[in-house]
Amino acid sequence: MDTNTEISAHILVPKHRKLSIEETNVLLEKLNISVNQLPRILQSDPAIRHLNAEPGEVICIERDSPTAGKANYYRVVING
Amino acid sequence: MIDEIAKQYEGRLPTPLIEEVKKEAKEVKLTRAQGEAIFAKLEQKYKYARIQPGEAIGIVTAESFGEPGTQMTLRTFHFAGVAEVNVTLGLPRLIEIFDARKEPSTPLMVIYLKKPFNKDEKSLEKIIAQIKEIRVHEVLTEISINLLKLHVEYVLNKKRMKELGIPEESAIKAIKDALKTIDIIEKDSRYTATPKSKEGGLPALYTLKERIKEVKVNGIEGIQDVIPKMENNEIILLASGSNLKDVSKIEQVDFTRTTTNNIFEVAKNLGIEAARQTIIAEASKVIQEQGLDIDIRHIMFISDLMTAKGEIKGITRSGITEEKESVLARASFETPIRHLINASLIGEVDMLNSVVENVMINQPIPLGTGLPSLITKLAKESKK
Repeated sequence: MDTNTEISAHILVPKHRKLSIEETNVLLEKLNISVNQLPRILQSDPAIRHLNAEPGEVICIERDSPTAGKANYYRVVING
Repeated sequence: MIDEIAKQYEGRLPTPLIEEVKKEAKEVKLTRAQGEAIFAKLEQKYKYARIQPGEAIGIVTAESFGEPGTQMTLRTFHFAGVAEVNVTLGLPRLIEIFDARKEPSTPLMVIYLKKPFNKDEKSLEKIIAQIKEIRVHEVLTEISINLLKLHVEYVLNKKRMKELGIPEESAIKAIKDALKTIDIIEKDSRYTATPKSKEGGLPALYTLKERIKEVKVNGIEGIQDVIPKMENNEIILLASGSNLKDVSKIEQVDFTRTTTNNIFEVAKNLGIEAARQTIIAEASKVIQEQGLDIDIRHIMFISDLMTAKGEIKGITRSGITEEKESVLARASFETPIRHLINASLIGEVDMLNSVVENVMINQPIPLGTGLPSLITKLAKESKK
């Protein structure tokens, strides 16, 4: 098994998904913020390495939350 | 029937709440009107319970941790179950987690095994031998310094090595690879190690002896001890020491469930989201073990804060406080003079957007009733 699928399959790693430009715009409009105000994720993060995300793109993380069932969390990719 | 009503509330109420109502409703017979009334009431209560915009949740979290924290034992050493693994718990561990120390004082891994190895006790010994780190001094019968000939002599314990399943050649090779500056000669299974240069004399020989003893012969770097344990009808391994990367390379290990309590290692190997999960799990473990009750939302909030920058930041002056935009807010935490001098040297501007700096200069703080612009449009101040 190659390492990427192994990391995604780990119980601690939630599902990461890259947002399209349209989705990003809808999200930022809804939250009324700029992209820099989002929490960050490093470009070299092992969980998003297979997504080939560029700095400035937004990653949607589908977390299993003990209080809300499923919860979406968003992080913006930064250099590093 | 109840499922139909529940469907309308999807997205408006959290899924666990809906599931709970559904479960309870199945046990009692409800009319449609009753079911609808329950959900309407639930939504109303849920809306009341939500945090209002402008609420100072940071302070609430700090209080929620502070009060039970006073009741925590200062220093506890706990032996987890039958297996004798020493784990730091209580306040020292909590400080370790929130300060984001690079290495936990007692690193611990929980290793799961793939089927069928998780039921098979016979293969267990071989797997443990692969994981547990073995150094030269554990397979020696004797080691000494020959003062006349200025070399180190050692004899390997062949019987012990056979028990551990280490071939002799690999042990000899391990020593040779680790120490490049010595010559090794074998005579009647007695090895003599002579330094290539004669410089240093006796002290150098003494350090050489100690270095030979510490060479790793087998296993994974950093794993000092491995203890098998039965849990939920399968065998798991508790390892003191942590090395997620190398453990994942062992064939029989189920990497997808294997965890460690070293948060930085999780961040490096599995990403920032997994590190957040680990912070939550580790902090909850400490709090539960002490018999305290802190709402999981507070722990989740702190974990989000610590991982918001893409890497782990502790709640210290070099961690999240360093990231604050306002000079005055940074100065109010620790080492004020350093922050003020640095800020004045580069001409930093404080926009007075947050709480602490406004308290300092006696202005209304942007919290609660200090945030009227959230619900009403303020008339623009006329220019004088």
